[in-house]
Amino acid sequence: MDPLMPPPIRRIALDVEPHVAPARPTPIANGSAAPVAAHAKLRRPAAQTTERMHIDSVSLAYGENWVVRDVTLPVRQGEVLALIGASGSGKTTLLRSLNRLTEITAGAARTGRITLDGRDIYELEVNDLRRRVSMVFQQPNPFPMSIYDNVAYALAEQAPPRGRRRRRTPELEQAAETALRRAGLFDEVAGDLSRSALRLSGGQQQRLCIARALAASPEVLLLDEPCSALDPISTATIEELIVDLRESVAIVIVTHNLQQAFRVADHVAFMHLGELVEYGSSEQVFNHPDRQRTRDYISGAFG
Amino acid sequence: MRRMPVLQRGRAGAATDRRAELTLGLLAGVVLVLIAAMVVTVLVKAWPSFSYNGLSWFGSGGDVDTQLRVMRESTPLPGHGLLYFRAWPLIWGTLLTTIIAVGLGLVVSTFAAIFITEFAPGWLRRTLDPVIRLLAAVPSVIYGLIGILALAPWINEHLISNSRKQSVIYVVQLNGTDLATATLILMVMILPIMVAISANALAAVPASWREGSAALGVNRWRTIWRVSLRTAWPAIAAATVLATARALGEAVMLAMVSGSRGFAANPLDGLTFLFEPVRPLAASILQESEGLTIGPLAHTIYAMGAVLLVSATMLSLAGWAAKQPLKRYGIRA
Amino acid sequence: MAAGSSMLPAAAMRPPRERSSSWPLVDRLCYGLCWATGIGLCLIATAIVIFMLVKGIAYLRPSLFVSSPAPSLHQSQSGGFSDPIIGTLIVTAIGTVIAAPLGVAIATWLSEFARPAWLARAVESAIEMLAGVPSIVLAIFGLLILSQGFLSFLSQGAAQGSLGESFFDAGIVMSLLALPLVVGSTREALGQLPDRLREASYALGKTRSTTSRHVLLPAVRPGIASGIVLGMGRIIGDTAIVTILLGSTLKNEPVGHVPLLGTLRGTGSTLTSYVYNNSPAGEGNAHEKAYAAAFVLLMIVLALNATVTHLVNRGQAPRERRRLFLPGRLMGGSR
Repeated sequence: MDPLMPPPIRRIALDVEPHVAPARPTPIANGSAAPVAAHAKLRRPAAQTTERMHIDSVSLAYGENWVVRDVTLPVRQGEVLALIGASGSGKTTLLRSLNRLTEITAGAARTGRITLDGRDIYELEVNDLRRRVSMVFQQPNPFPMSIYDNVAYALAEQAPPRGRRRRRTPELEQAAETALRRAGLFDEVAGDLSRSALRLSGGQQQRLCIARALAASPEVLLLDEPCSALDPISTATIEELIVDLRESVAIVIVTHNLQQAFRVADHVAFMHLGELVEYGSSEQVFNHPDRQRTRDYISGAFG
Repeated sequence: MRRMPVLQRGRAGAATDRRAELTLGLLAGVVLVLIAAMVVTVLVKAWPSFSYNGLSWFGSGGDVDTQLRVMRESTPLPGHGLLYFRAWPLIWGTLLTTIIAVGLGLVVSTFAAIFITEFAPGWLRRTLDPVIRLLAAVPSVIYGLIGILALAPWINEHLISNSRKQSVIYVVQLNGTDLATATLILMVMILPIMVAISANALAAVPASWREGSAALGVNRWRTIWRVSLRTAWPAIAAATVLATARALGEAVMLAMVSGSRGFAANPLDGLTFLFEPVRPLAASILQESEGLTIGPLAHTIYAMGAVLLVSATMLSLAGWAAKQPLKRYGIRA
Repeated sequence: MAAGSSMLPAAAMRPPRERSSSWPLVDRLCYGLCWATGIGLCLIATAIVIFMLVKGIAYLRPSLFVSSPAPSLHQSQSGGFSDPIIGTLIVTAIGTVIAAPLGVAIATWLSEFARPAWLARAVESAIEMLAGVPSIVLAIFGLLILSQGFLSFLSQGAAQGSLGESFFDAGIVMSLLALPLVVGSTREALGQLPDRLREASYALGKTRSTTSRHVLLPAVRPGIASGIVLGMGRIIGDTAIVTILLGSTLKNEPVGHVPLLGTLRGTGSTLTSYVYNNSPAGEGNAHEKAYAAAFVLLMIVLALNATVTHLVNRGQAPRERRRLFLPGRLMGGSR
């Protein structure tokens, strides 16, 4: 077995019970320690978690189709929650409902309750909510502005203090630098923040989008398949970033890449055709799934 | 220009193609020659007026209407030849009407375009499409008719007080056909072009940026202002250039509505300034058109035409330059 | 935790749209301005149509269509506008007959041949420039050329050279107005044709000219048609060229005794110059007739406009119809 590869999770379904690899990869005597250490780091549990959002029996529909049915999940700061499932399982819709982005589409309807720090998100002002629950999309979408303007965008557009709104105040610059550091991008771009953001590479652009989302100090960060458009090295960088961030921000990530979910998540929710099939810690879901359907998905029987 | 595929043809085929290419190419060349001839002949016919007056042709000095009358009646003013002409009041009138109409039109059309792409409910958006087409299709003489028979009298009655008329009575008569009326109608005439191009450009802004901005908690208006407008401004610039060319060349409506005096409206008059008559270049040409057979008057009129032609060409160039950044987003405008 | 069979509650709540009431004041003002301009445009258009409708119906009589203009002391009672209507038709016909084939030919050359490259670029720029030239400048240029002596067969002789004012003359210059529209429309339509059409034809050994004539142009008929109709609209609505190149006689005065040719060589008027002359800006000052003629003119132009929209919609795939305004498809630009 190649020591650099994570343990195989997917197997072709056979008549026998699929053998799913153990939680921790066995260290190989003559292999380098780095991969093992990396895995060990990724899987270190957080010290403590606080529940930030609660999804309570939520169902979502577009027009006549119920896309998400009766899902209940907690979202906690200090851990990463991964939503996994095949296409059409409703995981992206559920993610987008957390910051009310589903409202943009006409004909969206919902039942159930989603709370942020105890308050129903539909009672909050929507822009206020979206600053507290930020989102990063699948395709990096930096605005056609400078790097600084991108990162400071959300902050600059909030209600300005008395007097003219200026784009380069010391507070904004400080906040931008903090966000860029949290996203691990500051060192690479510190030289010239007024460069156009469109000139960055794909991985850098996505990190810029993460920095942009972090600039307003959100409580929850939503990631919609953030690495699917990126090369493996950028992916690895962003995954490290995610793990680092989880202590300060609650993170929900949608991914169709099971290995990524395994690397990054603390809790996993498996959805199928809009229903929540199984929810538990990632060790439990990947190694001892309760439901047959989960087992099938993880072993690659469908997807 | 599309890259042409290389053709293998038989000799007969090659001959037909060459014939067709020659014929069509010649036709195109004829049109090219015609347009070049237009520029040359107008400039040549205009030359005597320019050479007599020099650069002061564009300056001010005396009353334009008197100078034109002098040419018509061949009774030269003392100390000047028949070709004496100072076009500044006409040029000033052209600048005023064009700049104010385009400026107002830019603001109104931007808001209208934003409304159409972002805020309008579906039924209203579908109504605005034929509305804009209608405004574009109305002939300028009908705009002029409405202006001179409905708008000007209304302005005369309700907006120009008697005391205001008295204050300038020794210089000029205020009767409702003036700068304000002309500019208002001109703005309505150029709105359709600007709204159409701006709305298309705004709609072409990638949805990922709008969605990204919404997800960051920025309200819809601010999203448009900071992201969409910033992306679409080359199109808006191109639309403005087109609108300016249109406003510059408008002759009929302005001849009917802007007042028939070659008078340089004076901004120092305060609010009265808006109600003073002007007469832009194109309208002047139209109104003096009977004099195209009289020598000096003809040269002067062609000189005015030359100024318009050169301005239109420069605007054409500017418009081409403004459209270049658009290709980045694949916006056809 | 999976749901079993889902009998979901029927009363699902539709989420509220973003309320602008929570925005800062400046943003709300701008939002209000947007609404104001949108509604304002509708109001202006409605006002124009209703105003012309009211005045037109008030002053329009059937007799106006069939009687010629007759000068008299009581201008508002005498004569009609049959001559101007015929004049409009003639000028539009001449202009279109010249501009349509010429425009299609140029567009085809630009799209399919375009060699030598410098010539193609020059022609393109020239056509674009032509689109931006004010019609009054075109008119005085036309007069200059057409009043040369050797062109007097188009109008009539005069003291120096020829008169330079006739239906022929006006029609010829009008074609320059319509030309850019036809060229633009045809070129755009040709550009939208997929290359495989051309490749298929060339692969069969057909020449470029045959391909253009038998394959491409028939395929873009709606585009050509809409370009021609757009050009017609511009011609019908133009006043400046008519005023300068058609003479300003009330009735259509033929020259010589050959029936059709005489009329075409003669002077006359069109609806636009009729409206202009009868308005306070012209000599007539019979605004009732001006309103009536303007109403007829407006109806013609709107009918043409509707035809263009219909043609364009028919030629486009249903998905294209969602585009807000097809650029270049706006009628007008008449001066």
